[in-house]
Amino acid sequence: MTDLQTIGQELAQILKRQNADYIEAHLEEGQFSSISYRGKQLESISKTSSIGGNVRALVKGGWGFVSFNDLNNLQEKVALAVKQASFVGKEVSQLAESEPIVETVKAKIKENPLLIPLSEKKQLLDEYNESIWSTSGIQTSNLGYGDGHKKTAFLNSRGSFITQERTDVTLRAVAVAAKDGEVQQAGLSEGSRDDFSPIRKLHKAIKELSQRAVDMLTVPTVAGGQYTVVLDPILAGVFVHEAFGHLSESDFVYENERMKEIMVLGKVFGGPHLNIVDSASRPGLRGSFKYDDEGTPATKTYLIREGKLAGRLHSLETAVKMNEKPTGNARAINYRHPPIVRMTNTYIEPGSSSFEDMIAYIKEGVYAKNWYGGQTSMEMFTFSSGETYMIRNGKLAEMVRPVMLSGNVFNTLMNIDAIGNDLDMNQGGGCGKGGQSPLPVSNGSPHIRIRQCLVGGK
Amino acid sequence: MEEILALAKKVAEEAEVYTVSSEETPVQFESNRLKNTQYKQSQTVALRIIKNGKTGYATSTSMENARELVDDAVATAEFGTKAEFQFPLEQNYAQVAVFDSAVEKVTLEQMTQLGEELIARITAYSPEILCEAGVTKANYKLNIINSRGGQASFRQSVFVMGIEGQLIRGTDMLFVGDHDSSCHPILKTDELVRTTLRQLELAKRLAKVTTKPMPVIFAPDGVISSLVLPLMSAFNGKTVLEGASPIGNRLGESVFDKTLTMSDDPTIPFKTGSRPCDDEAVPCQRTPIIQNGVVSNFLYDLQTAARAKKKSTGNGQRQGGLPAPSPHAFVISSGKSGFDEMVKSIDEGLIVEQLLGAGQGNTLGGDFSGNILLGFKIEKGEIVGRVKDTMISGNVYQLLKEITAIGNDSKWVGGFLFTPSICCSNVSVASR
Repeated sequence: MTDLQTIGQELAQILKRQNADYIEAHLEEGQFSSISYRGKQLESISKTSSIGGNVRALVKGGWGFVSFNDLNNLQEKVALAVKQASFVGKEVSQLAESEPIVETVKAKIKENPLLIPLSEKKQLLDEYNESIWSTSGIQTSNLGYGDGHKKTAFLNSRGSFITQERTDVTLRAVAVAAKDGEVQQAGLSEGSRDDFSPIRKLHKAIKELSQRAVDMLTVPTVAGGQYTVVLDPILAGVFVHEAFGHLSESDFVYENERMKEIMVLGKVFGGPHLNIVDSASRPGLRGSFKYDDEGTPATKTYLIREGKLAGRLHSLETAVKMNEKPTGNARAINYRHPPIVRMTNTYIEPGSSSFEDMIAYIKEGVYAKNWYGGQTSMEMFTFSSGETYMIRNGKLAEMVRPVMLSGNVFNTLMNIDAIGNDLDMNQGGGCGKGGQSPLPVSNGSPHIRIRQCLVGGK
Repeated sequence: MEEILALAKKVAEEAEVYTVSSEETPVQFESNRLKNTQYKQSQTVALRIIKNGKTGYATSTSMENARELVDDAVATAEFGTKAEFQFPLEQNYAQVAVFDSAVEKVTLEQMTQLGEELIARITAYSPEILCEAGVTKANYKLNIINSRGGQASFRQSVFVMGIEGQLIRGTDMLFVGDHDSSCHPILKTDELVRTTLRQLELAKRLAKVTTKPMPVIFAPDGVISSLVLPLMSAFNGKTVLEGASPIGNRLGESVFDKTLTMSDDPTIPFKTGSRPCDDEAVPCQRTPIIQNGVVSNFLYDLQTAARAKKKSTGNGQRQGGLPAPSPHAFVISSGKSGFDEMVKSIDEGLIVEQLLGAGQGNTLGGDFSGNILLGFKIEKGEIVGRVKDTMISGNVYQLLKEITAIGNDSKWVGGFLFTPSICCSNVSVASR
């Protein structure tokens, strides 16, 4: 095996000799395995190993970036990155100061998925698949399991040399029910960082989702329009990620005067009960780490505090250009991409309402649970539920088909009028931005209630 | 490659080695300025073996660890699925031209000039707009050899140019833009500029929308962001085999409006979705999937075809794992209506260019839903302004049964879909 440490030392020497304002390199090696089922059969099982790296250089405000699998001729690759940066650069480089850090960060692995034999993983997936198929009315099923271990080395011209490792496990299960040409599906996503054991505990959830897929065949579709909507912690987590998380990524703001006016600190976005946080320093979650991909230590950042814009997510470049502190949010999905400003673990802090209080005075509303996906264009956003019920006269009523909800960041956050006391984090998500997807993140929230939320429907 | 194949043949009945290597050079502009240039080199080798009748699979980014790759493939074959297909024998491929050496020769200076020109022409029209632009050249090389003597290899050049402009007024955000791709260099900015400026012109005013069903014209970009995703899974031979495709047992039946004709066509020269063979060395072909509303074919790879007792349609594609059926390039046949004519025929309706959130929800069942990111209101045959805070939803099987008009304005969208505008009569619309 190639040794990241040795190649890193060689690269460190090369970086010192370059004529650039700043230069950094990433090396990464990983082992991955995946198992998928379609229908009753195992569909594919595979193992992957990968090694690669990149060099990113800054000259007079311009960036050059070279990524590679071929680890020979590193000198040439570094020189090319500097040449590209010089081609682009016509101004003065601005990059926040950072301390040189030399550290080897070991992962705290609870149950290592890589040490579990394929036969045992397959056994577990067989149980899940049988559980789906034991439900009457199921047409087909879909399971996708993946695990991976990555070791990364980060080094820069300021003298940092950080190695970190992480293990990720994900499982996606989908049950498909069909009858008389109608097809409905229900799914779940679970993810975990440095621990296989959460993947073992899904028997009940998978049984429930299978039944839900069948039940959804016969339930009505909600009529489109505006409703009072209550979101469960999982969907509210997706909501906070889409509705506000992306807007607080400073690369959308730092060179955009109009956005700066909109995103001025102190601006009121919600009621005084609304607090939104992004924190990679909260340990053990999928978006957690000790150092980001520019070697900045992880922080906890209040994006909204008591309803007002309190902070935003930064890389070294966006921070210095906005005269703020780096927050350690520069992340790359892998060595093939440069780090960009990303979320980590994003959540709404708990309030005091109970679920019963929240729905008590709703005459007709929608209770949306679980997630299917979400997307944002900053002002507008959409997110969709995996499971939905009507609320009638203060009580949960009939199940309806899953819905897509949509909002506008400048009024939907303001319309959150109740926040529950039951914060829960969802580990099953992945985030996409700038062609880099899925990046491990987590998001969460307590139950929340939103007035006048737009729901797509018949 | 030969070394890996030889090693694999010692431990397995059959084997196939697939390699793909690529070089990509993107030039990126942010906030109206050149921001970075990149060079990305990557390579992957994938080994598929059949051992004791079962499939094993392993991939690596390094050609040097043949032994490890073979061991990994053997480890997975123990649990692998039963291989019901045979690797293809040596054969002749139809010529599909997808490589132009001129792409590689385009210089960074030329690429930069193209980006600068795009931004200059758009900011000249709208000085307050902030643009991101990208110009990328790339080339890919694919090689496949298998133990039955089958082999294939080809090179593809790709050139992509795109622009996205963001115009903010107060807290209102407008996104406009277009992109184009080809296996030839794209050295003119006219088309992208024309589309973007038209969007800016139409979006000058805001229009009000009421919640009710109304006719909707899906412009080519709207077709891909609303209607196509459900069809991709429905025509996938694997979905059909599982009984999860709503049209799986309706081959030969009229399911869609009779004006709708659609094929998967990877044989059009110099299109980025085109190629001579698929990722299993099976020759590519044009496969009609809807003919005058009638379901005419599904798309197959080798394994799915064998299980369904069909022939591979050359649609085996790898997205990081084993080959699976996937369309190369959908082509929807043009109709007769001019776009303006379609607009004139509508008393109250919408034009959808970009939909936010498509692909969430029950795509398998044909449902789609989304917030209109870029769209316009039609009143009494005229486009009266841009719509906002508005969602549309529907089911593609219902909508495509009642097409009121198909345009003669076909264009390539995302290098994957060649489509005209499609007008549907009765789409559910919800607005604030």
